Amino acid sequence: MAARANGGYQVVIGLEVHAQLLTESKMFCACSSRYADAPPNTVVCPICLGMPGVLPVINEQAVEMTILTGLALNCRIPSHAKFDRKNYAYPDLMKWYQISQYDLPFCVGGHLDVTVDGINRRLGITRVHLEEDTARMIHGRDETGEDYSLLDVNRSGAPLMEIVSEPDMKTAAEAREYLMSLRNILVYLDVSTANMQEGAFRCDANISVWPRDGEIGNSKVEVKNMNSFRSVYRALEFEEERQIAVWESGEGPPEQETRGWHEASGTTVSQRTKEYAHDYRYFAEPDLPPLVLDKAWVDDIAARMPELPSVLETRLIETVGIRADDARQLINNRELLRYFEKATAGYGDPQRVANWITRDLVKALGDAGASPSESPVGPGDLIELLKLEDSNRVSGKMARDIFRTMFETGRSAADIVAQQGEQITDQDEIRQAVRKAIQENPKAVADFQAGKTQAAGFLVGQVMRATRGRANPARVNELIAAELG
Amino acid sequence: MLDPEVVEHVSQLARLTLSDEEKDKMRVELSKTLEHFRALSELDTSALPPTAQVIPIENNMREDAVGDCLPKDDVLANAPRTRGDYIRVPAVLKAF
Repeated sequence: MAARANGGYQVVIGLEVHAQLLTESKMFCACSSRYADAPPNTVVCPICLGMPGVLPVINEQAVEMTILTGLALNCRIPSHAKFDRKNYAYPDLMKWYQISQYDLPFCVGGHLDVTVDGINRRLGITRVHLEEDTARMIHGRDETGEDYSLLDVNRSGAPLMEIVSEPDMKTAAEAREYLMSLRNILVYLDVSTANMQEGAFRCDANISVWPRDGEIGNSKVEVKNMNSFRSVYRALEFEEERQIAVWESGEGPPEQETRGWHEASGTTVSQRTKEYAHDYRYFAEPDLPPLVLDKAWVDDIAARMPELPSVLETRLIETVGIRADDARQLINNRELLRYFEKATAGYGDPQRVANWITRDLVKALGDAGASPSESPVGPGDLIELLKLEDSNRVSGKMARDIFRTMFETGRSAADIVAQQGEQITDQDEIRQAVRKAIQENPKAVADFQAGKTQAAGFLVGQVMRATRGRANPARVNELIAAELG
Repeated sequence: MLDPEVVEHVSQLARLTLSDEEKDKMRVELSKTLEHFRALSELDTSALPPTAQVIPIENNMREDAVGDCLPKDDVLANAPRTRGDYIRVPAVLKAF
């Protein structure tokens, strides 16, 4: 374990991610797993309601999605797997046990390679297993002042994949990079939306801090309730500082416990003492026969592996030839990447398209709160605009203004240009406008001739205004210099 | 004989409130049950493959297809209390 340069402490971070799978139906019953917009308690059957005497049956698609994920994370797929009961009493768990996997998960011993600050890190994946989600709870107080908790059972029994990392991360930045890479993999595998805000990708973090000159112990703090990459980063940074302070006050090691991230105050708050694994009294789920994961089946799943984001990113940089930061931005947003791929399909300058997407399109989408697939300017529309600029019918400045008009009105570039006119490149026409500007602005001319070169910029502005932005900026500059020179 | 603390711990996990008499009784009965399993575990099973299931079935899975759910009124029918369309339970601290 390498030490961290923060004055004598090393940080150990491991992450547990729960990802909801994009199956049609739930994990062990035929209720829809697309319940997000359904009214409470309407996507429920006796199985996911946890009634006695029901018989759960394994959703094959969920198993295959989990194995596919494990393969993408370089895991070994054991020959046998089974489900187990994890027993604990909490109202969101209808049966008071959760069907999960204990000692024979679907995937074990993988890794995920990430690059943080230019340093390559191989982060271990302990296991990937499958379990069922719990009911959603709402907490409140009624008219008489009595506190209550409410249950919406729709989420109960939805397939949930858990990905457990080795405690290999040493900084909050590494943890964030691991999470973003993992999120991208799940998205590109089409196994999960991996949307953190919507709860489809939930992260719990284990973090401990140890003096560099001592042993690394077993106790750790589990941090929960982080619902964005940013909050994971902030929570881990906070927790690192807090635990260092515990050591500094002579009270180390910090107590093993669960702490909740509190976004508003930017702190973690103690929740309860950590329950030890044996408290869950795992035993084999008697209702579900074990699974044999034979080679033919696993090979068949492996054959469906799409191009993984890390491979795609390398291809964008090395083969397509765009800048690394643009490639990363496109990879992190698959819709944006699809937009880019469609746009570049019929256009020879990918970097130029990337510039437009990461600059103008992303800004316009952000302002409008829209996703790339909702963009009023489609990939073909953008290319039409770029071609107008390539043929000098509009200037670069005009193109950016036209883009905004296209985005706001949904009109085509050709239509807008037909109305407001093409770029003026005609020498005589521009010269005329330049002379007029010189005539009307003797003070600026005098300033220029007195050595204030920035006065030329004022004259350029006047010419652009008179031509409604259509004059070719390079020509205007040349001609002003020529006329005043 | 089981430690009283173990009985206490197990009853807490099961959310059972036991009287002192019941705890003493459980201590005796649970110890006997455990003794039976201890006897079973003395068997030499090293030549047997691990068994997670007694039913000789493997890979029993279903196709990922959506079927019918229960009407909401049926879902809520067994709930001791409801509020709106939700099952109402005693307040739990969010932090457990």
